[in-house]
Amino acid sequence: MKYVDEFRDGDTARALARVIRAEINPERNYRLMEFCGGHTHAIFRFGIVDLMPDNIRFIHGPGCPVCVLPAGRIEAAIRLVEEEDVILCTYADLMRVPAGKKDSLQKAKARGGDIRMIYSPTDALSLARENPQREVVFFAIGFETTTPPTAAAIKIAEAEEISNFSVFCNHVETPPAMMHILTAGDAKIDGILGPSHVSTIIGSNAYADCCDKYRVPLVIAGFEPLDVIQSVLMLVRQINAGVARVENQYTRAVSETGNEKAKVLMHEVFEQRPQFEWRGLGVLPNSAVQIRSEFADFDAEKRFGMKEIATADIKGCICPAVLRGMNNPDECKLFGTACTPEDPKGACMVSSEGACAAYYSYGRYRSAEATA
Amino acid sequence: MSKLDIKSGLVEMGHGSGGRASATLIEKLFVRHFDNELLDQGNDQALFNVPAGRMVISTDGHVITPLFFPGGDIGSLSVHGTINDVAMSGATPLYLSASFILEEGFPLAELDRIVISMAKASRDAGVPVVTGDTKVVERGKGDGVFITTTGIGIVPDGINISGDLAEPGDSIIVSGSIGDHGIAILSSREGLQFSTAIESDSAALHTLVAGMVAAVPAIHCLRDPTRGGLATTLNELARQSNVGMRIQETSIPVKAEVKGACELLGLDPLYIANEGKLVCIVPSKDADQLLAVMQKHPLGQNAAIIGNVCKDAHQMVVMETAFGGNRVVDWLAGEQLPRIC
Repeated sequence: MKYVDEFRDGDTARALARVIRAEINPERNYRLMEFCGGHTHAIFRFGIVDLMPDNIRFIHGPGCPVCVLPAGRIEAAIRLVEEEDVILCTYADLMRVPAGKKDSLQKAKARGGDIRMIYSPTDALSLARENPQREVVFFAIGFETTTPPTAAAIKIAEAEEISNFSVFCNHVETPPAMMHILTAGDAKIDGILGPSHVSTIIGSNAYADCCDKYRVPLVIAGFEPLDVIQSVLMLVRQINAGVARVENQYTRAVSETGNEKAKVLMHEVFEQRPQFEWRGLGVLPNSAVQIRSEFADFDAEKRFGMKEIATADIKGCICPAVLRGMNNPDECKLFGTACTPEDPKGACMVSSEGACAAYYSYGRYRSAEATA
Repeated sequence: MSKLDIKSGLVEMGHGSGGRASATLIEKLFVRHFDNELLDQGNDQALFNVPAGRMVISTDGHVITPLFFPGGDIGSLSVHGTINDVAMSGATPLYLSASFILEEGFPLAELDRIVISMAKASRDAGVPVVTGDTKVVERGKGDGVFITTTGIGIVPDGINISGDLAEPGDSIIVSGSIGDHGIAILSSREGLQFSTAIESDSAALHTLVAGMVAAVPAIHCLRDPTRGGLATTLNELARQSNVGMRIQETSIPVKAEVKGACELLGLDPLYIANEGKLVCIVPSKDADQLLAVMQKHPLGQNAAIIGNVCKDAHQMVVMETAFGGNRVVDWLAGEQLPRIC
């Protein structure tokens, strides 16, 4: 595949890995957090860990929007379906994410809830046009990458006067979450592989405060495996030199200021939400957006008077510490027993790319290798 | 016998009532196309002689959306699927039964098209549909048509194939490129606007299997990697046999179009369904001979040895990536795609 295979070349990868081995300081550890699930996926899918020296450790961050959505928000969406009889449109990945009381969208659908799996917000708009007598709600989730399309859908609905369409907004913001993880003084993170798709929207400048304030180097990295390895090398060089700045490896897509049009669109429709709960991180101030009052008609939370549903703490779950690199997943009491990929409790086990889920699979492989 | 308006008629509740309308539908549509001696007996069961030896039976329900897709339709798929399940024991499939659940309002012209395709698949395979049943459910309570087929077959003497017989050291062979069926289905779904030249690989594998067991009777396992794809099948076999597997990404045949579509949609070809491929586990000393036999068959031209069975109490399937690292190929958690077979 042209433009894909070039970024997956094994020989180049091994050559880069040799450079990394030559440049690392064997006396120290390099704890690198990849913020995005996309990077975690690449690291496991291509077996990047096997090419890295042992003292480079990847800490899997919270950058999977499905994983960080708290149970309360899913429960609220289920209530909307069951009490208001709306058509709820959602991306397929959300279907099996656990809500409270062992419930999920999948289970609500089985009980008769009208939940439709869609591929884009415009599919939800089409459903609203086709079902003028029904209320159609789009369950919007995601980081800055998916926020502009939601904004566009709301603008189209306004222009076309589609009055039975609204959005249950759960869009979150990357830099505040990153700052929050670093704020905790005991976080053990030496460098950050910065988001690739998110950065195409918000631009590389968006992370400058983060680097300055917490003295942590950040390299915006593409999602292909060679992107990841090259970015690791760039981080190693910054760490060795004792500098902490934003560097951009993913220059073929990310600029300093990002996508101005998308940013304007987002700003027009959304404003900062005072606080939002993240599964695994708790309630974080200024870490999400909400629909501006000018577009209140399209805000499902206002339209249906939806109430906040607080999530009960998951007793024993150490997701926050795992996300900060303070603990390994297998140091959690729930790991592999009460919390498994089939029955996940914490954020890190929800998606196969979550830190605990990945560790669950990979850890078994590692111990199998040791006994082989 | 009343008339059946195949051109513009619709399935009505009466077609499943057991009365005259049912008889007409059976006569003018099913019996007409399936046309064979045993079905012509006209009884509620087919009567035939049983050869000596071991028999296998397998059943499979088909609920695919859309009903017609590039490279096949629910009719041909329902024949191939069950023939393959029977054949994966090393058996020669003999007969099929078919049960149709029709939704009121379903166009008879489409049903006719499906049954013609099913009859052709069955004739081509030499495995007749010898008995069947038709029920009609009210509009809104079905999805056009569901077809359940059951097949029986005879296992040749000396053949002992089962999912729990994989042994450390065995070779793992796949009969051709993976992921074609799932991607063909996906490309024909509403809501996903992409076009591809990929066709479903839907095919009956029993003649390929017959050649394989004749050449290498010592085959340990055979399985068709349908829902859940190659990854799920390998994990099933690893668990059943309490072994691990080590496979090489570069050895697994995947068409460039399938790779491209997967890349675009964020899917993994290892988890995409196939309907005309098989996975074979065989003692490594016989692997090259078996591979040569498979590659001579039209359905095995691109067969490849993709890895080995190993001792592993964790029953892990691990793939050496093209990139040079290792990756755990785990069970599919949840569903990658809705309703593909």
